Amino acid sequence: MHIVVCMKQVPDSAQIRVHPVTNTIMRQGVPTISNPYDLFALEEAMRWRDRFGGEVTVLTMGPPMAEDSLRKALTFGADRAVLLTDRFFAGSDTLATSFALAGALAKIEQEFGKPLMIFTGKQTIDGDTAQVGPGIAKRLGLNQLTYVARIVDLAPEEGHITVERRAEGGVQVLSTRLPVLITMLEGVNEIRRGSLDDAFRAARAKIVTWNAADAGITDLTKCGLRGSPTIVKKVFAPPPRAEKAYQVATTDLSMEALAETVMDEIFKRQTSLEGDLMRFSAG
Amino acid sequence: MDDTSYVGMHYRSEDFNEERPNRYTIIRAQFDKWFSRKVRDAGVVLLCETTVKELLRDTHGKVIGVKTDRDGGTALADVVILGEGVNGLVGQRSGLRSELKPDSVALAVKEMHFLPREVIESRFNLKGNEGVVIEAMGTITAGMTGTGFLYTNQESISVGIGCIVSDFAENGTTPYGLLEAFKNHPSIKPLLANSECKEYAAHLIPEGGYKSIPELFGDGWIVVGDAGQFVNAVHREGSNLAMTTGRIAGETVVWLKRRREELSKANLAEYKRRLDETFVMKDLKKYRKIPEFLHSNKHVFGLYPRLVSAAAQTWFRVDGADKLTKEKEILRSFRKGRSLPGLIGDAFKLARSWR
Repeated sequence: MHIVVCMKQVPDSAQIRVHPVTNTIMRQGVPTISNPYDLFALEEAMRWRDRFGGEVTVLTMGPPMAEDSLRKALTFGADRAVLLTDRFFAGSDTLATSFALAGALAKIEQEFGKPLMIFTGKQTIDGDTAQVGPGIAKRLGLNQLTYVARIVDLAPEEGHITVERRAEGGVQVLSTRLPVLITMLEGVNEIRRGSLDDAFRAARAKIVTWNAADAGITDLTKCGLRGSPTIVKKVFAPPPRAEKAYQVATTDLSMEALAETVMDEIFKRQTSLEGDLMRFSAG
Repeated sequence: MDDTSYVGMHYRSEDFNEERPNRYTIIRAQFDKWFSRKVRDAGVVLLCETTVKELLRDTHGKVIGVKTDRDGGTALADVVILGEGVNGLVGQRSGLRSELKPDSVALAVKEMHFLPREVIESRFNLKGNEGVVIEAMGTITAGMTGTGFLYTNQESISVGIGCIVSDFAENGTTPYGLLEAFKNHPSIKPLLANSECKEYAAHLIPEGGYKSIPELFGDGWIVVGDAGQFVNAVHREGSNLAMTTGRIAGETVVWLKRRREELSKANLAEYKRRLDETFVMKDLKKYRKIPEFLHSNKHVFGLYPRLVSAAAQTWFRVDGADKLTKEKEILRSFRKGRSLPGLIGDAFKLARSWR
């Protein structure tokens, strides 16, 4: 069984700073990581590969340095890595990204066999759109299962899959036919630590690197900035709150005394609150 | 330095702007990334996030590889070059050397204070790629053997202080307490004004010198860098020693392999022979008595800085007293602080350990 996992290398959002004067995001020197949500997808893919045999191919689109996150995926235990990189792809929004990835996936099918499942994370931590996965599914005409919390049953031979999907207000149990695109929820598994063999293999591996032409993508008007109708009009940092936080001092450290002091302070500042609460508790 | 003053010596030279070998400060996180890329481009397989737990030996005790913390984690090798840093647990576990001795290792704490490049340049009078290093000793280490330091990077200032671990244990002072005091010293504080501390770190530094160098080679193994105690504490050099020992180790192994020699203890002795010919061993040997001297002469870190500082103040203050009286007062303070035989003895001991 061939499974493809689409991953993205993203800036480590925990380490991004906003320039205090210009309010722009300072990308320089921010370390990059594999999009954390994608790792749940990768682990899920590898588990089903381990169970039924086959291969996991990881695919990413990005600048040449995105190779790092692919190599990392190989260290975790993926079998093959494909990097889609071309300056024509620069500035892609989700529409252009899903176009390019769909093209690369078609090429992957030609080169390495038809994938029965394509995984992505539920979204990326830098864009947070959750649009690329469904976009790929639409372009390739695949059934799509988004926000999947658990794959209940998979029958590759019969071409059948059942999953639990977390939706607003409950869990949906969905069955559909393979091939399928799945966006995986976070927290559903834990990425494994690859074996020493995996680590060596990853360090020595040759990453399959394709530009647009290699991947058979010919319509460059649908790629990169030209193929991206999304326009970011303005990026700004929220203004700092005018009201400063303040410290409440107390010497008595018992729980009751602390609660009492804090409540007193709050009531002092929100004069109507105490009366409201009293009325509320009175019934 | 005493509590309120410092007496300093400066050296700056336009010659340092020439492209000639010299020391410079570097951000390791960035350098290591660049360097590992070079290494991989040269064809080396680099494994990250893999911890070596132990050396692997054959029945004769020859080292034939390493055990790691990954599944199936055994890697075989003709030779293992251990560059595992100051707290070399693999070497200790594998019985190559004993645990670090508290009196031969320093604990240093450091903070990175960020400032715009222009501010650093004007504050320290720098241009281009110039930088400043300040080494400080005196009452800032609360009587312990150690030094404070401050150096400029392009957009940050590194400031820190370190002392011998056994001194910390005896003294009961905390490293962060020392660093706070150092940062608030009147001669350091203005240099850090308006900066933002964004990173901090602590590190052990092997400062035992020549006498604490462990066994450096054996059947199938070589030790390089901090793990081999290759730090020149007097001149604050370590990275260059580490790099040189690493290079010599590599060259030795390549040389032996080309001659199809076995990587046995007898043959790997070539590493030590080559090392002895470099500045690394020569310098460490020259200063072999210094750690002991500094450790047993705490006056160097308390009394003398105080005396020198007071002397400078007496000498430079214009207050109506005549110069001869001032000279006498300075001499008297030294003799009172550390008697004539004491002074001569210290000078003699220092001179002897310097040779």
